[in-house]
Amino acid sequence: MLFRKAHSPFVNAQTHVHSIMYQVLAALIPGALASIYFFGWGVLFNLIIAAGVCLLSEAAVLKLRSRPIEPALKDGSTLITACLLALALPPLVPWWLTVIASIFAIVVAKQLYGGLGFNLFNPAMVGYVVVMVSFPREMTYWTAPLGVMDQWHSFGDVFNVIFRGTVPAQVSIDSITMATPMDAIKTQVALEQGISSTRQSPVYGPLFGVIAGKGWEWINLLFLAGGLWLIKLKTIDWRIPVSFLLTLLLISNFFAVSDYATYPSALFHLLSGGTMLCAFFIATDPISASTTPRGRWIYGAGIGVLTYSIRTWGGYPDGIAFAVVFMNITVPLLDYYTRPKTYGDLEVD
Amino acid sequence: MNTEQQTIIKNGLWTNNVALVQLLGLCPLLAVTSTFINGLGLGIATLITLVLSNTFVSIIRHWTRPEVRIPIFILIIASIVTAIELAMNAWFYELFLILGIFIPLIVTNCSILARAESFASRNPVFDSALDGFMMGMGFLLVLVLLGGLREIIGHGTLFSNAHLMFGPAANDFELSLLGDDYPGFLIAILPPGAFIGLGLLIAGKNSIERYRSKKVVLVSAPSKPAEASAAS
Repeated sequence: MLFRKAHSPFVNAQTHVHSIMYQVLAALIPGALASIYFFGWGVLFNLIIAAGVCLLSEAAVLKLRSRPIEPALKDGSTLITACLLALALPPLVPWWLTVIASIFAIVVAKQLYGGLGFNLFNPAMVGYVVVMVSFPREMTYWTAPLGVMDQWHSFGDVFNVIFRGTVPAQVSIDSITMATPMDAIKTQVALEQGISSTRQSPVYGPLFGVIAGKGWEWINLLFLAGGLWLIKLKTIDWRIPVSFLLTLLLISNFFAVSDYATYPSALFHLLSGGTMLCAFFIATDPISASTTPRGRWIYGAGIGVLTYSIRTWGGYPDGIAFAVVFMNITVPLLDYYTRPKTYGDLEVD
Repeated sequence: MNTEQQTIIKNGLWTNNVALVQLLGLCPLLAVTSTFINGLGLGIATLITLVLSNTFVSIIRHWTRPEVRIPIFILIIASIVTAIELAMNAWFYELFLILGIFIPLIVTNCSILARAESFASRNPVFDSALDGFMMGMGFLLVLVLLGGLREIIGHGTLFSNAHLMFGPAANDFELSLLGDDYPGFLIAILPPGAFIGLGLLIAGKNSIERYRSKKVVLVSAPSKPAEASAAS
């Protein structure tokens, strides 16, 4: 039997923090473009505000800590946090809300814990959770996606809503916002309206696409495509997304089959809300996620169970952020108990 | 006032502050400081308990057998807290309802037993009472500071519900500092806000101390060049 011999010096694979981060950013692009296409100017505003504030606050804290600023800004990790946060926020949130979320994400969740590589929690999700808990009303400012509306809200209208808090004449904020499919189903099921009647109701009917809501299907499928590309590049590990999606699929299918009128189908859960964004970009964060193979299976499954529980029985329409932050806490323990055995190590019990 | 008593005062208020340095009594500290007045109410109740329990423990310190001292201290503390609870029930009924379980729980506030055990059982009566007062004052100041900050950030007001403490004359004490259309930063009122706020207060105290010690070094360094060179 022949083995290929390899002598030193070995070729050094040129993977740096920034190359990984820019791959992730590139993979986000299709889904982000779809979000902009369906939800309009607001998403762009959110992206710009979040990126600006995140970079500024990162630089400010690093200056206070007298650490080198330039490499930290150039490695792209801050931009990823900003993009994930902006894509998770509703498109019509007031500007100060995005600013608060960004500052919390970078200053509290990232830098106070010691900066890149030391943060216990996913910064973007901490920022999201803080504003979700603090400003529940503003966090419902989703617009109807393109397809339900004929065209985007005009640039000026969106600018006024976001920066000056004024809505166009003769309408109220309620008439330019619309519940997301997930939110609609949640509130309607709570009112004992079945899912099928929600889908056909005059208010929410046009919101639902073939499977999971107009726009949302495409956004999720494009995030899925970006994520598969990342797996192919081996930038992210396949275990966490597979474990998360599989768990979500199994649980939601179990409940949907048991009571089709109350529980939305598994495909709805997989392709609505932030499922795919979470599976490939949030849950796979190399810093706050589990690092051992078995730990990753458990970590992903935990996020799946929690997401489904919060979506179905919790107080919030989508449970991704809470599930991820919750599972982040368990990571040190998971990593401790699932350390792979070293080769040649004896069982010591 | 001799130097020992000055040390007691400084210890209670700053160097050995119950909440910021010893990190004792965090449960009520985090739970009730959602407004300034709630913090003040619990702070005063704890302060009175500390002064009285330290005084009594110090008075009987020569007759307390070491084997049974802890049950005796707890009995004293529990009687004082019960008296305070009944008094609040009678005269500050609404505040009593808001603070709820945290008034009887003052008994289990470890800072009180800690002061009885580590200070009052070994020191004369006046020093013990002073220590109780200063420790309680340090705790009260942190409660009020944290409560005030959380109230301002969370609701945009300060001194809301002041009538619970000062009677109907205080109805218009409430200041709305950040305007009427302030949306309210809810997380400051919720438990996470208490943890974040306390963490920031501790960090603030530590950085003040570091700044001071740096200044001392800078000021004293040139005056003792011989020592410095000898040490190095």
